[in-house]
Amino acid sequence: MKRLLCMLVAVAMMLSLFGCSQSSNTAQEIKIGVVCPVSGQSAIAGEYIKNGISLITDELEKNGGLEVKGKKIPVKVIVEDNEATPEKTANAYRKLIDQDKVVAIVGPDMSKCILAGGPIAQSSKVPAIGTFTTNEKVTQVGDFLFRACFIDPFQGKVAAKYARGSLNANTAAILYNNADDYSKGLMENFKKVFEEMGGKVVEIQAYGGSDVKDYNVQLAKIKAANPEVLFMPNLFSEVPLQAKQAREMGITAKFIGGDSWDSPDVPKIAGKDIVEGAAFISAFSPEDPNPLTKDFVTKYKAKFNVNPNSNAVLAYEAMKIVLKGVQDAEKIDGQGVRDAMAKIKDFQLPSGTVTFDENRNPIKGAVVMAYKDGVPVYVTSINP
Amino acid sequence: METFLQLLIYGLQLGSIYALIALGYTMVYGIIGLINFAHGDFLMVGAFVALFAVTLFGLGFVPALLISMIITGLLGVSIERIAYKPLRKRPRLSALITAIGVSIVLENFPRALPFIGPAPRPFPQMIPMVKFNVLGVSTNSVQLIMIALSVLLMVMLQIIVTKTQIGRKMRAVSLDKDAASLMGINVNSVISVTFFIGASLAAAGGIFYASTYPMIDVYMGIVLGLKAFIAAVLGGIGNIPGAMVGGIIMGIAEIFATSINSDLGYGIGFVILIFILLVRPAGIMGKFTIEKV
Repeated sequence: MKRLLCMLVAVAMMLSLFGCSQSSNTAQEIKIGVVCPVSGQSAIAGEYIKNGISLITDELEKNGGLEVKGKKIPVKVIVEDNEATPEKTANAYRKLIDQDKVVAIVGPDMSKCILAGGPIAQSSKVPAIGTFTTNEKVTQVGDFLFRACFIDPFQGKVAAKYARGSLNANTAAILYNNADDYSKGLMENFKKVFEEMGGKVVEIQAYGGSDVKDYNVQLAKIKAANPEVLFMPNLFSEVPLQAKQAREMGITAKFIGGDSWDSPDVPKIAGKDIVEGAAFISAFSPEDPNPLTKDFVTKYKAKFNVNPNSNAVLAYEAMKIVLKGVQDAEKIDGQGVRDAMAKIKDFQLPSGTVTFDENRNPIKGAVVMAYKDGVPVYVTSINP
Repeated sequence: METFLQLLIYGLQLGSIYALIALGYTMVYGIIGLINFAHGDFLMVGAFVALFAVTLFGLGFVPALLISMIITGLLGVSIERIAYKPLRKRPRLSALITAIGVSIVLENFPRALPFIGPAPRPFPQMIPMVKFNVLGVSTNSVQLIMIALSVLLMVMLQIIVTKTQIGRKMRAVSLDKDAASLMGINVNSVISVTFFIGASLAAAGGIFYASTYPMIDVYMGIVLGLKAFIAAVLGGIGNIPGAMVGGIIMGIAEIFATSINSDLGYGIGFVILIFILLVRPAGIMGKFTIEKV
């Protein structure tokens, strides 16, 4: 027994020796962690994320590494599964930081998950960038947290710009859920920007929760105000009935919504003719004519034979942002990469130009989509 | 005045659905003294049965309504047999807790079925939508037909309870179960009939609700059931005309309160419940009864 133990210890020591020599051999290698739901109920989102990132690793392999100040440095991407749960995210963050010694972490895609992992990254001084983490709180965890997507209230601004700037609407009305921060944030920003641009919000009506199904009273008031556009920044399960009741009442205003409208259930439940022409904000559209988008979509389609979605493009961009941080860093460690990432300005990416504001939220463009015969089609891109 | 009339129509529309569902609560309570918390879920089952009757078998509105009422009614009877009957002699609390359990099963079992699932679905428009404009008030065929059908069902129920043999039996059982049994009334079958009528009225309420707000999901019965329960308490639980009046008052109060402030509309039902419990716990039409020991 004793002998066995001795041998085991010896083997372990030898292995650790190998480990040491290995890491000293490739001291130049940079490790970047990716946390995403590989399994579990959000596995489909994880698939898109992995695909988006694999386009970058392919590129790096082809170029023989990442070019940093004239030198090629090999980059190793380590993917960890978080099963879309906060606990597993925290574990994955710990493993990547303590064991793998990564310089930065990309992902996960959900606000609640990165809120669990974020404090670990913050205290270990490793920058982390969420892909689809739209909740404002994410980057409030600390100065090492970033995100690749726009925050929820920003959609309100984009919607207002579209209504006032592209549609030339003079009057607008809003129907929103005052029990939902998402809806409320969009409403406030829409109103502010629309009025700053010289438009007039003629009626704002609220309702008290997701289980309300009768909007007739609110819509009757909106109808009386006769607006040119009706902004409804509400959940996909509420929007169809709102749209239907509005049209049945005889409201002819153009519908505008947030990214929650981007669900096949909306035209299915409301009816194609009801939502015909309804515009909504989206992070990304594969139909965007921007050459960078086209290039990304072509590459993605060539490899995976499907169109990329927002998850894929945001993961791709988050990784690009991290690599740009590594390239620009004075010293390649957590602090150096963070500082370089925070300074990113006018960085051209497939879904628009990215500049980080002082809270490490990207100021970036969004696209406007509209339902045509029940299918969302690209309308225009709006840059801030 | 026009706004007032318009709001009144919306209120009547919502109120008549509340009334239909409240009737089931009140009937079951009147007969066996049980608050059947699964009642709200019967309306969800009713709506789904109608949905499948229409989409799979291509039935029209009336046959779909009848089939759904019969199937949901039978479901109500079997639930009573399986879950409530064994507990009839037990403390009331046991039956109440069982009712909550039945409600959870009715919500989550269909949710787990792949062809129903948790996502909301569209409900087919079975009645052609024609818009009217009378005296500056806009309304449509669906609204008017739903209100008329609700009133028709309520009148039919009233006739069954007051004018027929089974109605007389129901009243007798509600008055005194043991004495009714001694008089040769089959209490079990009377209770079954009560559950059948209650559940089928809920199914009708569910279909009317889904026709006016054409989106259904497995949880649609929770809030609606709660509001209808308040309507039943408001009218005096156990009292059939009371449930109708309570439902209509609830609907109108909710719409008018929403027109003042949307948050108020959401909570008005509960404000009414607290108020009625403080001022007149037996409800508008209910009678005070002294519990016999």
